[in-house]
Amino acid sequence: MTDRLEGREKVTGAARYAFEYPVEGVAYAAAVQASVGKGRIESVGADAALRLPGVLAVLSCENAPELSDTSDGELALFQSRTVSYRGQFVAAVVAETLETAREAARLLRVEYTEEAPDVRLRADHPGLYKPDKVNPVFPADTEQGEPEKAFAASAVRVDAVYTTPAEHNNPMEPHATIAQWNEDGTLTLHDSNQGASTVQSTIAKVFGLEPSQVRVVSPHVGGGFGSKGTPRPNVVLAAMAARAAGRPVKFAVPRQQMFATTGYRTPTIQRIRLGAGQDGRLTAILHEVVEQTSTVKEFAEQTATPTRMLYQAPHRLTSHRVAPLDVPTPSWMRAPGETPGMYALETAMDELAVATGIDPVELRVRNDTDREPESGLPFSSRNLVACLREGAERFGWAGRDPRPGVREEGRRLVGMGVAASTYPAYQRPNRATARAEPDGTFTVRIAAADIGTGARTALALLAAETLKEDLADIRMEIGDSSFPRASVAGGSAGTAGWGTAVVRACEALRGKLNGAVPPEGVEASADTGEELKARAEYARHAFGAQFAEVEVDADTGEVRVRRMLGVFAAGRIINPVTARSQFIGGMTMGVGMALMEQSVMDPEFGDYLNRDLAQYHVPACADIRDVDAAWVEESDPHLNPMGAKGIGEIGIVGAAAAVGNAVHHATGIRVRDLPITPARLLREL
Amino acid sequence: MRPFAYERATSAEDALGRHQDGAVYLGGGTNLVDLMRLGVEEPSRLVDVARLPYDQIELRPDGSLVIGAAVTNSALAADRTVREGHSVLAQAVLAGASGQIRNLATVGGNLLQRTRCSYFQDTSKPCNKRTPGSGCPAREGEHHNLAILGHSDACVATHPSDMAVALAALDASVRVRGRDGDRTVHIEDLHRLPGDEPRRDTTLEPGDLITAVEVPALGVPSRYRKVRERASFAFALVSVAAVLDVGGGRVRDVRLALGGVAHKPWRARRAEEALRGAEATEESFLRAAEAELEAAEPLRDNAYKVPMARNLIVRTLIELGEES
Repeated sequence: MTDRLEGREKVTGAARYAFEYPVEGVAYAAAVQASVGKGRIESVGADAALRLPGVLAVLSCENAPELSDTSDGELALFQSRTVSYRGQFVAAVVAETLETAREAARLLRVEYTEEAPDVRLRADHPGLYKPDKVNPVFPADTEQGEPEKAFAASAVRVDAVYTTPAEHNNPMEPHATIAQWNEDGTLTLHDSNQGASTVQSTIAKVFGLEPSQVRVVSPHVGGGFGSKGTPRPNVVLAAMAARAAGRPVKFAVPRQQMFATTGYRTPTIQRIRLGAGQDGRLTAILHEVVEQTSTVKEFAEQTATPTRMLYQAPHRLTSHRVAPLDVPTPSWMRAPGETPGMYALETAMDELAVATGIDPVELRVRNDTDREPESGLPFSSRNLVACLREGAERFGWAGRDPRPGVREEGRRLVGMGVAASTYPAYQRPNRATARAEPDGTFTVRIAAADIGTGARTALALLAAETLKEDLADIRMEIGDSSFPRASVAGGSAGTAGWGTAVVRACEALRGKLNGAVPPEGVEASADTGEELKARAEYARHAFGAQFAEVEVDADTGEVRVRRMLGVFAAGRIINPVTARSQFIGGMTMGVGMALMEQSVMDPEFGDYLNRDLAQYHVPACADIRDVDAAWVEESDPHLNPMGAKGIGEIGIVGAAAAVGNAVHHATGIRVRDLPITPARLLREL
Repeated sequence: MRPFAYERATSAEDALGRHQDGAVYLGGGTNLVDLMRLGVEEPSRLVDVARLPYDQIELRPDGSLVIGAAVTNSALAADRTVREGHSVLAQAVLAGASGQIRNLATVGGNLLQRTRCSYFQDTSKPCNKRTPGSGCPAREGEHHNLAILGHSDACVATHPSDMAVALAALDASVRVRGRDGDRTVHIEDLHRLPGDEPRRDTTLEPGDLITAVEVPALGVPSRYRKVRERASFAFALVSVAAVLDVGGGRVRDVRLALGGVAHKPWRARRAEEALRGAEATEESFLRAAEAELEAAEPLRDNAYKVPMARNLIVRTLIELGEES
């Protein structure tokens, strides 16, 4: 149980975030967003802006330098006159002060030829196509046996369509960058991101530099939820602006502008068909997904992939179809794919439990499997059943009256729901160094990112444990691309991947230590690429069970979550304090998904309308009354030297379904379109 | 943000004198400054009136209150006489915004905050309220949280204040200092329905300064209930402020106001009329609510507000009836 090492710095404000670095002679950038949903920029009138005292430069398609790599359409800033979606950055202003920059941005006159944007995702959209791969490299479709036939022949059938809306990540710290071109032509970026190494290599390519010519510094990051997993246009804009102004430039994306430019979770339309016997054993699972991407670049989310591995069934089908719309490109948001996919699957499982009269916990236990159904691989460890049983015990599931809509407390209807969760235990290659210093301390370096997860603390704990030294003697240095290359803080792969490199580097250092440490220190390094390639083939996943109790106001349809419990099997938990925060943070986000989060697309104008945290609702403290997380002991030798699985995302997967299933149990109403709002419930209450 | 001058008024007269050529009074700034950042409001001058000596809550011998316009929402909700004698007001204020915002927001500013309609807040889109004659995209667009009563073709926006809804049910009046001296405006006459001039939220004239709110004494139970998608920091889908006096099983007096349904706090006069003298039963509460909501003209996506308002009125009156 170790408190966050940088906790004091953070609560006292001493920890510096990207925008906060003092830089001499700094200027400020402000961006202009396209005010049409689709079209062409005819002209950019900059005169009024340039006349404003303090304006240093205006950038747009009319004067921006050519970029070396435009393969990522979102980063090809000002490289063409095409407007691909409303809110796209079409120009920028650099000025002495932020206020001047914003005022000048307001004075820019961008003239367009406008076309009607196509922004509405529909299951019958004529542009739907099958992507080559879904994120990151899964096949779009899979099929085994005769799913249609088997479904038709099943004794019990569930056939339902579920929809989830677009959602926005909204980390507390906005996407922010300070860009500085140095005299030797190199670029220094203080940037808020989930991977300094990724930003370094991507931005180097965009500007035609060697990676060694770009340094990215990001020791503290105020959240990302996936939106900072890859560089966003703000980094390119800052670097371009700094070059144009001949000065360092600060650029933070205002909250309202984030909704168009820093990624979001695609909306989905999912049809699920479950065929089962009267005993609840699945005979057929069919999960067909429709989602959107932009015309700028393809992002095809892997929504149905958890359905490929969670439950046994001889006949199975999954498919993904994507519609390219005139919208911003969707991207990663906490457990991309698994989160909306498992909402649909686990709601369908609840519908199957109702249809068969089998207890929802028991139904999931009956459909457990010891091999990954589609690949046939054994699981490195799989403790879904243990999570369900442990959770049921702790939550007081026994004796749950299965009948929906019969528990009244005054004007409140009360119900309990359950859902399974699962997330892959990814691990990517990483490098790290460990040094013994002559003063008896140790310095461990890796370009990992701590986006608020407690990664710094977990890695320091692993180093101390491996070196058999006091934690106080370990200096953990992360968040800098000049440190050994690290994978992104994403896919819940951080601690497992970075941790392996740290452990191996520390092991190597111990092997080198022999008597007194010389003045220059002793250093060892590790690269886990080969180790990962040599791993035996296993299906590696974390599992969990989510339980929720809700009350629904019979007069108003207001839903409040009374209590929630998640029990997880995620390998060895390295630091219980920060792990618990991660789990309950994920579950809290799941409550938001279930009950309030939705980005509302305006069909006429083609942009997201609710663009601040007063209008885009995430749970406030008052919504989270009693959320608890626990874990089962799990020893898995097939993962990494720590036996650890990732925990950043398993907490949200299944949480929305658990809440929705509890709402059904409370009211008898099955809402299949998230979020479950008072308006939706009142139609049927 | 457009450059502007900031001046602090030293007295009401001084404030009036400074209010010219695109000047705007600044209270807590919790709405105005946001709107300036968005480019919706572009005043050339802010005249700060939050430090004028209108920060007291006076309890008069007859039990009525005079609440200074510069009293913060936090101070108002925490005031003992308000909590005890006019609980509907304290409840309404506490249901609004967040603690941080309530610490800054003032009574005067609260009454004058502007709609949260998404189109109004986005200067890249048309809005009759911002730019007269430019159109109202909300009518066909996103309006799930907009008006069902008293709206017009020109505007379907709602007034966002919780406090004002409670004041409407309390029959409060607003003291205004104008160029022609002091006057008192009944709360119901302060805010306007949009008609074909939605740009104007209130009947105030340029330069008019709200100095206080007068709240008559209240000797009977009162209550504020607000429906929203999350438990705090959200504007009302529908809210109700209710004052109910029951004797011998009959309604002696009742005052009802609705929030989240119209361009102004909606005083439910028809329901009140149906209730006065009626039996204090669920049936008559329901009849009264339905009488009021007959006038509702919901839009495509906000019809849910009709049953929501009906249920909320009925339930709140039942609960109040049990108290009295």
